[in-house]
Amino acid sequence: MEYLSLFVKSIFVDNMIFAYFLGMCSYLAVSKNVKTANGLGIAVIAVLLITLPVNYLLNKFLLTPGENCIFGPDVDLSFLSFIIFIAVIAAITQVVEMVVEKFLPSLYSSLGIYLPLIAVNCAILGGSLFMQQKEFANLGESAVYALGSGAGWYLAIVALAAIREKLSYANIPAGLKGTGITFITVGLMGVAFMAFMGLAI
Amino acid sequence: MGKMKETILNPIFKGNPITVLVLGICSSLAVTVELKGAFVMALSVIAVTGLSSLVCSLLRKTIPNRVRIIVQLVVVALMVILVDQFLKAFEATYAIDKQLSVYIGLIITNCIVMGRIEAFALGNKPLPSLFDGVANGAGYGMILIIVAFFRELLGSGTLFGFRIIPQALYDAGYVNNGLMILPPMARIILGCIIWAHRSIDKDLQEK
Repeated sequence: MEYLSLFVKSIFVDNMIFAYFLGMCSYLAVSKNVKTANGLGIAVIAVLLITLPVNYLLNKFLLTPGENCIFGPDVDLSFLSFIIFIAVIAAITQVVEMVVEKFLPSLYSSLGIYLPLIAVNCAILGGSLFMQQKEFANLGESAVYALGSGAGWYLAIVALAAIREKLSYANIPAGLKGTGITFITVGLMGVAFMAFMGLAI
Repeated sequence: MGKMKETILNPIFKGNPITVLVLGICSSLAVTVELKGAFVMALSVIAVTGLSSLVCSLLRKTIPNRVRIIVQLVVVALMVILVDQFLKAFEATYAIDKQLSVYIGLIITNCIVMGRIEAFALGNKPLPSLFDGVANGAGYGMILIIVAFFRELLGSGTLFGFRIIPQALYDAGYVNNGLMILPPMARIILGCIIWAHRSIDKDLQEK
């Protein structure tokens, strides 16, 4: 039951895009059509689902001082967390990229440049940093959190891509075309998502 | 000298990283609820972009092309760790928000930093690279501060924590706009800034 509430909470209440602004760059750049958005969303879920538990274990057994630390209770390596997290993420993204290239070539060609860019997607590093801040009790919770926040990101990017496909037929003031109107659209979507904020689960 | 001036001024106006290139929005908007957070964030980004451009530019002849991304990532992460430790040391003195730490960490994945190293620092001498990094950080910070100015003024009626909107106005029935403090308004304000910027500078309009 706890897992379920954490899952729902990380999709809707703590949505990566609407509540924390994580992963906005690729969110804006790749949301021009639903098909690519779909692919990137799935890739983000996959990378989050692998990196977050790995970083959780590293954080628990390597970086945080205390009885779990393998270097003894007095060694505090938490200042290294940024560099270790980003190294793990870069390595895993590389592996995921190679796997996708081998087994799903059509997805690989449609994602193109954006797959390696997942390494510098804030949603992935942000997930790990929030994981560190939230101090999850066990590996299961961190995996559920990864799945939930990835799903929230996926939902947000597919929804925005669908809206932008329709928006291309609209008559928009010249200065607002492209980036401007997209920001305002995302803002309005965020207002809608704010409805979940009072949700106590 | 004219070239140097352009290196510094271009990122602030015509090639602004946020409103024109749409880079590095991720870590930026969450800290714009009040001016203080935005100010700290702006200074941190300036420090990181400037220093990492400088270091990468110094190393540009020794970095093998194939592994340059990972080298850049390590340099940037190092600078971010320095900034983060620096802020942690002064956290208590200046009452800097704990939440900011996560977003400071996210400067690593801020596309501006990597983008400027890749586009400028690897092909230029150290000094222009330093200026380019600082100027891009400043262009970025400027937008943060503008957004934070509107959000704090309209959302809480204060600037840097000082009350701006007089009590008499509240007594007369004025109410703070609670929506301004919530995340969506940051995007709508940014959308409006982009609109204003592109209405003035018509070259930037998208087809």
